[in-house]
Amino acid sequence: MATAAKLGTNFTGVQMSPKDTQRLMEAVEHTHPDVAGDDRMLMVERSKHNEEAERIGSVPIPGSVKGMLKSTFDMIKGKSPEVLIDKLGERLAFERSGVRLYDAMIAKVKAMNIVGSDLVKELQHIRDEEFEHMVMVEDAIKTLGADPTAQTPCADVAAVKSIGVMQVLTDPRTNVAQGLNALLTIELEDNAAWELLIELAEAGGHPDLAEGFGKAKAQEDDHLIKIKTMVRRDLINDIK
Amino acid sequence: METISGIFDNKGTPLEKQKFTWKEMAGKPISKLDDDAFTRVRIILMNGVETDSLRLKHGIARFNKELRLPLAEIRRTEQHQATMINWLIGADHSPLETTVAYEQVAIEVTAAVAQSEPDPYQAQTYRFGLLEDFDHLYRYSAMLDRLEGKDANNILQGYTDIVPGRKSSEHHRHPENDIRDNYEKNTAALITKIHAALITGAEYQTHDYYQNIGPLFADPLARQLYAEIASVEEQHVTQYGSLSDPSESHIEKWLVHEAMEVYMYASCAEQETNPRIKAIWERFLDYELGHLNVACDWFKRIEGRDPAEILAGPLPKMVEFKSQRDFVRQVLAAEVDLRSAGTAYVGKDKEPKSSLDYRNHLASEGLASDIVSAGYQWAPGGELFRKVS
Repeated sequence: MATAAKLGTNFTGVQMSPKDTQRLMEAVEHTHPDVAGDDRMLMVERSKHNEEAERIGSVPIPGSVKGMLKSTFDMIKGKSPEVLIDKLGERLAFERSGVRLYDAMIAKVKAMNIVGSDLVKELQHIRDEEFEHMVMVEDAIKTLGADPTAQTPCADVAAVKSIGVMQVLTDPRTNVAQGLNALLTIELEDNAAWELLIELAEAGGHPDLAEGFGKAKAQEDDHLIKIKTMVRRDLINDIK
Repeated sequence: METISGIFDNKGTPLEKQKFTWKEMAGKPISKLDDDAFTRVRIILMNGVETDSLRLKHGIARFNKELRLPLAEIRRTEQHQATMINWLIGADHSPLETTVAYEQVAIEVTAAVAQSEPDPYQAQTYRFGLLEDFDHLYRYSAMLDRLEGKDANNILQGYTDIVPGRKSSEHHRHPENDIRDNYEKNTAALITKIHAALITGAEYQTHDYYQNIGPLFADPLARQLYAEIASVEEQHVTQYGSLSDPSESHIEKWLVHEAMEVYMYASCAEQETNPRIKAIWERFLDYELGHLNVACDWFKRIEGRDPAEILAGPLPKMVEFKSQRDFVRQVLAAEVDLRSAGTAYVGKDKEPKSSLDYRNHLASEGLASDIVSAGYQWAPGGELFRKVS
């Protein structure tokens, strides 16, 4: 079972192999780079590729007739409903992943079997609210006539971004503090994302959606405070 | 040279007793941080050996109906050996960090082999390939630093130098310059045959790994770098694969491969510092002796020959898993400008036009290996620390 950080035989740093490091430095000083330039060449080449690249994918055309009409109508008016649909798709994917991430964290905390701790209960509470948010966004997407089962470009990119968090939480070797820290990344983003989504819904002419999202934002405020507190409490207990 | 003998005089574990559970196969990984780099070197190498063992046996089965069942039975164990070994690599290794470890394997193991190889031409071939893998390490280290902001030395642990070798952009050759002369099966030492089987398998694995993970990168330069180096690894498989005698029978090659596996597990078991992993090497050494005995039985039955014709005689001491820094530096200083012309090694000025034309076309729209490593000088903690100091 993974517990707090301990001293050990970490071999990665140069202090663990001073003689080898000295010899390695000799080699570096003796054999110089054989290509002129520096890391800016990489930047220039990346920029070229950015110019040449195609987009990662598209927002699907709403499948229902009602949605199709609305989308066309909004387009004619100069609005871009696909921006909102894309971001709603992202939120839906993020909340759905969030439920799975909290499940992984709960498994980790249960393994610790900490007597008298409310940690599992608190995490379960947040997990259940993430599930509610997922359902809320699914309904919102349906209201707009769009397909909540489609993976929108922002949903796809958000999932790429979350891979690291998923790896940290499901690795049995990571401890509770490391898991909480990964969740903090998620909650910081989630909080800002709901704030933005409310603004986007209002700007897109959907005040009813924006109002509903206000409830989720209030709960996300609470999640952020709770996770920050858990991280702080866990590490301060260890360091004392 | 110190030698060992009697290594094959053991029946090992009978095939029917070579059993696994899924949980032990997908067991606890090593620690990227706390285990010695050579523990990881051995893990990567032996996964390469086992996957090559599967590859060879599948190849034989295509040509021999009688052997299909016995080969399938051994392959099942080998599949599970490969799984148990490869799953020892922890998920905190990024694919690029694992790549750095793969190159460390190629450098340190090929250098060890080059020094104990008695055939001068074969030894020259190992030194030739070594300088290319040495350069791959430098390019990938630059990529790791500039893409992920990580220090390759966290993986290498000071054992291996991070400087340019024979420039990667000059490795791409026409296929006619990648074929090598082979050993003669009736006169070559067993260790020569073992080395060829070992290094071919290791390079095959490296090729397949790069070919699979290259597309996982988002960065276009990393994608292209893997494309460039995977192609060199295919050349290396061509090169090393042609070192063995094509007139050896299928079963003879099988016998050599099993002997190689026994020798390699014995080498790993002898030098392993992690007791849990050492136990795996010892267990699999016994498994391989079991496989070797099956191969010997079929060799007698089908070819009517005594396996001692192939396996007799002393072997050099075990493959040494240690930093080969001094040897690599000597080779780098003396042979960095060698090129190949057909099966011969020549000076840089004699490189055939076929390779130059081939390479120039491939590089005509840019070379990632040059771009990602432009001006790269390793420093403890990564090149950004060099800029601070």
